[in-house]
Amino acid sequence: MDNLRIATPEIFLLTATCVVLVVGLFLKPEQRQLNYWMAQAALVVTLIMSTSQIGDAPASAFSGAYSIDAMSASLKSWILAIVFGGFLYSRDYLSERQIARGEYYTLGLFGTAGMMIMVSATNMLTIYLGLELLALSLYAMVALYRNNAAASEAAMKYFVLGALASGMLLYGISMIYGATGSLNLAVVNDVLVGGSERSVGARFGLVFVVVGLAFKFGAVPFHMWVPDVYDGAPTSVTLFISTAPKIAAFAMLIRLLVDGLPVLHADWQQMLSILAALSMIVGNLVAIAQTNIKRMLAYSTISHVGFLLMGIVGASAEGYSAAMFYAIVYAFTTLAAFGVLLALSRDGYEAVNLNDLAGLGKRNVLLAAVMMLAMISLAGVPPLVGFYAKLSVLKAAIGGGYMWLAIVGVFMSVIGAFYYLRIIKLMFFDEPIVKAEINAASDVSAGLAVNGLALVVFGVVPGLIMGACVAAFG
Amino acid sequence: MSFELFIFYVFAAILVFAASRVITVNNPVYAAMFLVLTFFTCAGIWMLLEAEFLAITLVLVYVGAVMVLFLFVVMMLDVNVEPLREGFVSYLPVGLLVGAIMLIEMVFLITQRYFKNEQFPAPERAGADVSNTQELGRLLYSEYLFQFEIAAIILLVAIVAAIALTMRRRPDTKYQTPSEQISVTKSDRLRVVQMPPEKR
Repeated sequence: MDNLRIATPEIFLLTATCVVLVVGLFLKPEQRQLNYWMAQAALVVTLIMSTSQIGDAPASAFSGAYSIDAMSASLKSWILAIVFGGFLYSRDYLSERQIARGEYYTLGLFGTAGMMIMVSATNMLTIYLGLELLALSLYAMVALYRNNAAASEAAMKYFVLGALASGMLLYGISMIYGATGSLNLAVVNDVLVGGSERSVGARFGLVFVVVGLAFKFGAVPFHMWVPDVYDGAPTSVTLFISTAPKIAAFAMLIRLLVDGLPVLHADWQQMLSILAALSMIVGNLVAIAQTNIKRMLAYSTISHVGFLLMGIVGASAEGYSAAMFYAIVYAFTTLAAFGVLLALSRDGYEAVNLNDLAGLGKRNVLLAAVMMLAMISLAGVPPLVGFYAKLSVLKAAIGGGYMWLAIVGVFMSVIGAFYYLRIIKLMFFDEPIVKAEINAASDVSAGLAVNGLALVVFGVVPGLIMGACVAAFG
Repeated sequence: MSFELFIFYVFAAILVFAASRVITVNNPVYAAMFLVLTFFTCAGIWMLLEAEFLAITLVLVYVGAVMVLFLFVVMMLDVNVEPLREGFVSYLPVGLLVGAIMLIEMVFLITQRYFKNEQFPAPERAGADVSNTQELGRLLYSEYLFQFEIAAIILLVAIVAAIALTMRRRPDTKYQTPSEQISVTKSDRLRVVQMPPEKR
């Protein structure tokens, strides 16, 4: 029974999802909004349950397959809050495009459950299953916009490359299992600490695990799917893919590399530093050339993944908490940016080109202000939260002896500032090209305002998030 | 050579033969049948490895269900395999190269110090009274209960996704709406066209 108590948030969410699924079958087309409200209610209740677990003593359940600790409780709460925001911003977009059938929210909730399982998993099999639960839901969500050829193409690419990445990860996991004889990460660590003979086998596995992780993160050179999927998928799904799953991927990386294979840290530090440097360089340089804002944000994601990895490269507790901070901050900053894009996309019209943002300041001040805050935060300008995130990962990299990587990071964030600031210039100093009226629902506007405000508040008082991040690796 | 080893070699020879025939035989139905033979002999080898539950599931699931489906598809779709074989000769060098590299890698791994057989000794033989199936079931519903439940959820997601993606209301489907048929008026059906008389 104790097992069940620890896993209550997941159990509740999955049960509620099944209820949403079944109720959705009996709803008439004009009652579709009920599905949305039920999904949101399920998320809120789960959020309350998982925040109540923050501060609990670390405990593990199901024969060590699942554990709750400071990191998992707070990351889960963030994931749930971000998915809540994502559903809120996507609602009108979805119902206008007739993709708001019950399945969208059901799949989204299943994906969220997958992320929660990934965050809490301390067994390689659980991690893999959580990842698959998330990935399968995402593939289907991309493909759900069936009338759109680009979405189908993106879904196909995502599915094939995602399956390849899962295969890589599984291959690595099976090698580590072969070398250590256990799937439980704590036991894997004990075996590796015990004997160096076994670590060679595990090192083979590590290579594949890192490749699989890099694929899931979208780190260069395994980033090819990111721009195509971000661009092809409906914007609401792009928002879903680019926010919360990054937090889950971070947790998965910490569980596998830091909890399971800390003995091999010299090996994975090297691999991650190369991934980080390449991601920052390619992401920032290619983003400059993009005229499609979704593609631009895709390359921006790639560069931010590089920054996130830079925090982990140092292999210090301070670096892990910096990277955790970065993942959370990145997720809710991108949430705001895509939220604005969704509010602009109306009635069969997609805001995808940079020109769609031109003169936004004259059309709708609130949306323009939120977008501006998101862009400044992504560029890393003080006093917004993105600045503090960048600063802490740079500090961690220097502390870990990766001075060259920190220099690359600083250079690239200067270059990256160009394309973020270009959007601000377009919004406030150019004349509107598209003049259609923007009528965002009042709750969406309120959500965006809160989201934008959070970027400032957490920037001024980063300790509100950083405290939890430090506690997670204390 | 013990009798068990002899059985193993017989099974292994049949397995290799059948597997190579799957990709070399011309007729797709024959290829599917050879695949059945491959699975069956593979099940035999697993039986020798004391994995009787896996062996039985392989026969039941793959031979019994998946291959029947395969045969159905092959017979119903009437796939013309000739175009698929066109590039065979041109792709052969690349294929051989990749195959050779994989073979060399495997030889390296198996003969290397860390992956030698001594590092991973064969497990003790289980007694005749140990039931593989029972053990698997016990583990699945005790230690791996959580994973088992997640796997069930994944299957549910697969069902939801498959139905959501393939079930569609086709706009071009022809169907009758009796109420509209009854309430139809003359003006809906008749169009009076004014035409100038043709000149002679």
